Amino acid sequence: MRFMVIVKATPESEKEGALPDAQGLLEMGKFNEELIRAGIVLAMDGLHPSSKGARVKFSGNSRTVIDGPFTEAKELIAGFWLWQVKSLEEAIEWVKRCPNPHASDSEIEIRQVFEMEDFAPILSEEQIQHKVAKRAQLPNQTANQ
Amino acid sequence: MRFMVIVKSTPEAEKEGALPDPELMLEMGKYNEELSKAGVLLALDGLHPSSKGARVKFSGKNRTVIDGPFTEAKELIAGFSILQVNSLEEAIEWVKRAPNCNPAGDSEVEIRQVFEMEDFAPILSEEQIQHKVAKRAELPNQTANK
Amino acid sequence: MSATDPHHATQQATDQALHRTIEAVWRIESARVIAGLTRLTRDVGLAEDLAQEALLAALEQWPRSGVPDNPAAWLTATAKHRAIDLFRRNAVARRKHEELARELEALEQTSPDLDSTLDNTISDDLLRLVFIACHPILPADSRAALTLRLLGGLTTDEIARAFLTPEPTIAQRIVRAKRTLADKHIPFEIPRGPELAARLSSVLEVIYLIFNEGYSATTGDDLMRPALCEDALRLGRILAELTPTEPEVHGLVALMEIQASRTRARITSTGEPVLLFDQNRAQWDQLLIHRGLTAIERAHKINAVRGPYLLQAEIAACHARARTPSETDWPRIVILYTELAQITPSPVIELNRAVAVSMAQGPQAGLTLVDALASEPSLARYHLLPSVRADLLYKLGRRPEARSDFVRAAALTLNTRERDLLLARAASCETDPINS
Repeated sequence: MRFMVIVKATPESEKEGALPDAQGLLEMGKFNEELIRAGIVLAMDGLHPSSKGARVKFSGNSRTVIDGPFTEAKELIAGFWLWQVKSLEEAIEWVKRCPNPHASDSEIEIRQVFEMEDFAPILSEEQIQHKVAKRAQLPNQTANQ
Repeated sequence: MRFMVIVKSTPEAEKEGALPDPELMLEMGKYNEELSKAGVLLALDGLHPSSKGARVKFSGKNRTVIDGPFTEAKELIAGFSILQVNSLEEAIEWVKRAPNCNPAGDSEVEIRQVFEMEDFAPILSEEQIQHKVAKRAELPNQTANK
Repeated sequence: MSATDPHHATQQATDQALHRTIEAVWRIESARVIAGLTRLTRDVGLAEDLAQEALLAALEQWPRSGVPDNPAAWLTATAKHRAIDLFRRNAVARRKHEELARELEALEQTSPDLDSTLDNTISDDLLRLVFIACHPILPADSRAALTLRLLGGLTTDEIARAFLTPEPTIAQRIVRAKRTLADKHIPFEIPRGPELAARLSSVLEVIYLIFNEGYSATTGDDLMRPALCEDALRLGRILAELTPTEPEVHGLVALMEIQASRTRARITSTGEPVLLFDQNRAQWDQLLIHRGLTAIERAHKINAVRGPYLLQAEIAACHARARTPSETDWPRIVILYTELAQITPSPVIELNRAVAVSMAQGPQAGLTLVDALASEPSLARYHLLPSVRADLLYKLGRRPEARSDFVRAAALTLNTRERDLLLARAASCETDPINS
């Protein structure tokens, strides 16, 4: 099973131009190496503060762009891993071994990733083919380049 | 530059055992194929509702585990992708072309820039950065900046 | 308290959650615990038994005391106490006093806290455990079962379900394997010098065997089976970190990553296999492909002659890089198969090479190579030989000959769907216009 392990942001990590604390970074680096040695890491990345980001709001067909920064640090992501483990409990055990990602109190969220097999109830081969064929018939369907 | 594109969740997506709408999935699939053909898509995944997840709170040496589900759907992530593009503006343009994840209503996508090891120059020595870069380059587990 | 009592239900749920947590802890820590115990007792069979006893103790005590902060240390300490008890009880029957005294002293003096040991020692012990579990003196399926048990943390039942074998058979296999290792006094060490290549090859063979067992799983199979691919990948990735300067290890990992990237596209919703060229490439997992390509790059940085796993990985990478079948770099695949055929010559590799040559240079060039395999005894009942030949003849407009080879191939295959496809192609030889 795959899990996305999400490090939530804090007001400190969200400060403009904020860089992680060097000591913390190196400690986390050691933990990452342990995870890698255990063969479970698929990907991992840290994110710049939201001042370097944006949000796009979708409403029907309209798109509205809002520049960062955004408030409510604990809603924001500071970084993530993608892990391959046997169970949620295994992911939790590894997270418990993680050094505190921030200097202050913080939170890590663990979420299971969808695999294609999970969509078996709704995506039969036939249904897909049927829908694709239907769409191809529509006069104002934009052609796939 | 790499950007993480984060699709925020909705109450519908958070429902226990919820699966995406098949029609939306197909539209998304086509869109993702475009991203792929343009060479900008590095990775993407959808997430199960938070009822299948957990949170771990860190306070000093303490770790507290809280089982999902969690409230406030719009705080939660439903999925993400990683794009390789030249600027935030380019990432925004690609995102605007995506189908609405909540076709009947509203949805939100957040775009965040990914740290590259070189960004840590102000706080790490050249040697420490090179170590990190080398470690990451060795590791077959990384969407790498090209 | 009745079974439907909400308290009871909650208690059950809590117990189940704790049980899963203990399983998770076992999965994370067991290999290291067993490796450390093997170093102390110099007997991998005994080490595993002791670790299992410690697990039983954990299952008994942790529901009351909670999961300890350092579970690995708890398990190791518990196992060592058992070991000391065991030695004391068997003292007169089994060992000389001096030997016993020395061993007890060694056990009692070693710190129970594995974390206080240098990382290197733990890594070395894990590597020693890998090599001993995969020792070539054991038959391949015993090596696989023992590896999954000692390094994968799987139970005997899980291994049995994964390999579609009765549990007692697997249990016996593991018992016999441990006995062989003890009887032959197989040392707990990392092979050196010229021995290393052969021993490493034995390890890679085991990991790939496990992967292929999982890869061959079909829909409706016990989920333990496709999970074998994940287990193999994890073992491969762990090994790559333990032996980062071995290019073939990265080669094997790359091969598995890229093959695994096709999992979603390889079978239809009804469980039928889909040929590589018919697969929906949008369903190929780009993250895994990227991982595979990076592993190949990592292997290249090590200056050495390319080995068979790396070459196979590079062939898989050629397909992975092609967004559509028409973009496949066939000339490169020809070069890779030629190199592979020189290192590990085999008729099947030669046949694959012939296919690549036909794609790169035209059907006639491929046909010449295929015809050279006509009298190859090991391919006499291999349906892909006449199937490939038929396809090349078809492309050359030699329809009647193509038809008879398609029919021959259909008769040789055991897979119903494949047979139907081949018979359909045979029929099309008569109906298709000559220029199609």
